[in-house]
Amino acid sequence: MRKDRLVLVGNGMAGVRTLEELLKLAPDKYEITVFGDEPYGNYNRILLSPVLSGEKTIDEIVLNDLDWYEQNGITLHKGSKVVTIDRVKRRVIAEDGTAAEYDRLLLATGSRPFIIPVPGHELDGVIGFRDIEDVETMLAAARQYKRAVVIGGGLLGLEAANGLLQQGMDVTVVHLLDTLMERQLDKTAAGMLQRTLEQRGLKFLMETETEAILGGDRVERVRFKDGNEIEADLVVMAVGIRPNIELARQSGIYCERGIVVNDTLQTYDPRIYAVGECVQHRGITYGLVAPLFEQARVCANHLAEYGIGHYEGSVTSTKLKVSGIDLFSAGDFIGDENTEEIVVQDAAAGIYKKIVLKDDRIEGVVLYGDTADGAWYFQLLRDGTDVSEMREQLLFGQGHLGNAGHGGENTSVDLPDDAEVCGCNGVTKGEIVKAILEKGLFTLDEVRAHTKASASCGSCTGLVEQILADTAGEDCSVAPHAKPLCKCTDYSHDDVRNTIRQAHLTSIRAVMETLDWRSPDGCATCRPAINYYLISTWPEEAKDDPRSRLINERAHANIQKDGTYSVVPRMWGGVTSPQELRAIADIAEKYQARMVKVTGGQRIDLFGIKKKDLPAVWADFNKAGMVSGHAYGKSLRTVKTCVGSEWCRFGTQDSTGLGIKLEKMAWGSWTPHKFKMAVSGCPRNCAEATIKDFGVVCVESGYELHIGGNGGVKVRATDLLCKVATEEEAMEYCAAFMQLYREEAHYLERTAPWIERVGLAYIKESIVEDAERRKALYERFVHSQRIMQKDPWAEIANDEAARRDFEPLEIAEPSSLES
Amino acid sequence: MSEWIEIGPLDEIPRLGARVIQTPLGDIALFRTRGDSVFAVQDRCPHRQGPLSQGLVHDNTVTCPLHNWEIDLESGRALPPDEGCANTYPTRVENGVVMIELATAR
Repeated sequence: MRKDRLVLVGNGMAGVRTLEELLKLAPDKYEITVFGDEPYGNYNRILLSPVLSGEKTIDEIVLNDLDWYEQNGITLHKGSKVVTIDRVKRRVIAEDGTAAEYDRLLLATGSRPFIIPVPGHELDGVIGFRDIEDVETMLAAARQYKRAVVIGGGLLGLEAANGLLQQGMDVTVVHLLDTLMERQLDKTAAGMLQRTLEQRGLKFLMETETEAILGGDRVERVRFKDGNEIEADLVVMAVGIRPNIELARQSGIYCERGIVVNDTLQTYDPRIYAVGECVQHRGITYGLVAPLFEQARVCANHLAEYGIGHYEGSVTSTKLKVSGIDLFSAGDFIGDENTEEIVVQDAAAGIYKKIVLKDDRIEGVVLYGDTADGAWYFQLLRDGTDVSEMREQLLFGQGHLGNAGHGGENTSVDLPDDAEVCGCNGVTKGEIVKAILEKGLFTLDEVRAHTKASASCGSCTGLVEQILADTAGEDCSVAPHAKPLCKCTDYSHDDVRNTIRQAHLTSIRAVMETLDWRSPDGCATCRPAINYYLISTWPEEAKDDPRSRLINERAHANIQKDGTYSVVPRMWGGVTSPQELRAIADIAEKYQARMVKVTGGQRIDLFGIKKKDLPAVWADFNKAGMVSGHAYGKSLRTVKTCVGSEWCRFGTQDSTGLGIKLEKMAWGSWTPHKFKMAVSGCPRNCAEATIKDFGVVCVESGYELHIGGNGGVKVRATDLLCKVATEEEAMEYCAAFMQLYREEAHYLERTAPWIERVGLAYIKESIVEDAERRKALYERFVHSQRIMQKDPWAEIANDEAARRDFEPLEIAEPSSLES
Repeated sequence: MSEWIEIGPLDEIPRLGARVIQTPLGDIALFRTRGDSVFAVQDRCPHRQGPLSQGLVHDNTVTCPLHNWEIDLESGRALPPDEGCANTYPTRVENGVVMIELATAR
């Protein structure tokens, strides 16, 4: 049975990336042949700049060496340029006569530098800056000659200029406008950049247009429209790129500026696909790598005949390093008379940050020098989040929302290789750089998978992204907004949840079938998420699936590193009794608990309990009138209290009483992530209510309600929601807030990031201002609790079949083991 | 010499789940997939010895409950980019009864 034949024309980053993605999905589907007109394997074109400046060698930028093609059974014709595509006979023919037949053809012919057609542009010494040959020409020129002129003050031109300067040449950059990198920077940031580069020795002729290039066989001078001339031994044109579409056009494939493709990267000929810089999709051509890698992923999906990917275009932010300076820009960063700006500028420290706002939403961002928060601003921009409540702290970065952050490093460039970047997993900068280079990593997810850096708590993500941009040339991570729920699908959390709601799905199987899940059993990421979305959307109809719960929620206890469990009975509002304490002590001794510890949640934890003893432990707790503390769950954890008016001389209200009422109302509810509450009896706040998901601070006239606090890796203080006069109102607002959180936040999203994502204004509108909505949310919470609020310990302890799961399997004839 | 030992009825093992048997070779986890295949894997993750039997099962893989390493049930090998291997043992199901061969650890 002959395999289908896939021919790839073009051996650059977009095309080969498509092959890599395809090999992951369907490694044996195609016999693959590649034609590349350069005599190399696939290399990282973005890293040509460091090769020019001498920081890297060509070997170091190769992504797929010749061995890779051989190992994957791919036939590579390097140095072989395809000149004909015969779409009838379905074959391609190269200049040297080599031919290959195809069932599917992938065009990734890239683009070429635009050479301004001024007189003299064909002289020796006038080149673009696109491939290894250009770099070698420039290095040779630098050895023999003195003066270089770079036409074009965009990203590529500045990289070329810097590289030639490092090689000892006298370099002048010529630019049509008065602002360098005008597509990424505003005037101020561009000015700072120009001054820094001038200090390094680069010269600039701004607002200057080239008229002609003069010389004999080789270039000697450049003349400008204003009449001036300068000497030049080398002229590098960096004024833009043009997609390479001649081959496609000649073969009758429809092109405009680029080869026109649809959302599945197919051209008008259904057997022919195209990806990369040669492509025009929904009217747009791309020159940054991240969108091209997205295209590659979707194209591979279709070549593998999975048929579920869609490429809808990319919203890009630009995160770059220009000659060692960090830059970030996104959106409309210039603004107009309808926008306002917030700016921070510290010229001596080389820092400039500008956010353009319109109607309390971010329209554009420019960051120069300190780009750690780029991804965060970009997400706020894409989500259209109302930032009015955080305006004052916005430019200080995500780490300054709430209060203290941890770590505190903002730039990775000065870190030595042995500096620990990821504290959770002990990963140094050097280890990250090594993995990126050796394994050709391009996205944050890839770095996480290969090094574990930023894979646990995530607080070092900003630094890791900088290292990525620095080492790989660009950070090609997809912005979080578009992120699929897991590897099994391209759909996002919101997509899945909306489908469950609209199509009234009530089982995990139904969800996976409706949404064409790639893996029939899902994975450890999506099954618990889908399970949660089902039971929170349809509490009466959806059945909880214990097999889709992670261990702690399945075992209703906390697994420890030695495989034993810790058990925490509920202690309402942190109040106990001699009888309860005796029961805890007796159970600890009976089951030989190895440690008894008071928790931060104001209750007691027994460590070292064996799994098979859990049901018996629970039965004993139940006998003493105690139930599960849910110390393990994505659910209500605790309600901490300090003593209020009942005992404390400063207490304004009965904080303990209210805390217990809140806990009795909310215990047993499942939430997107753990949910913690506290009630303090006065503004001294001894119960630390202002770092809780929902906190109450009692005052003389009533109860201040606080939301979105977080006391973990990144301490975040609460936002004030409102003040109410009665306990009943406090409880109603609490239930309404919890229900809104349950219905709208993503699984594993704590209240703090959720509130930052949707905006405090939205929460206030839904809970405080809209009384009807609040009451409806309250009703739904109460209704859900009627169904969900049960003690899982009692349920399991009393269920013979469920108890068995906790015990090792009894072997029919244990004696048969001894031999 | 090969020694097949009878464990018990297949239904004792929850589908997409596992039960543990205690043997002189240590704890062994018996996994049952959606299609009712049974795999026997040492109940110790090659990473930090976590109890694989407590992990979430999907296709022919289990995700370790401690640090989310994914282990292939058939070979016992961790999925890339992680590296490591847990012992596996041959099993078969005869008339609804699960059998395991302990003499040959792989």
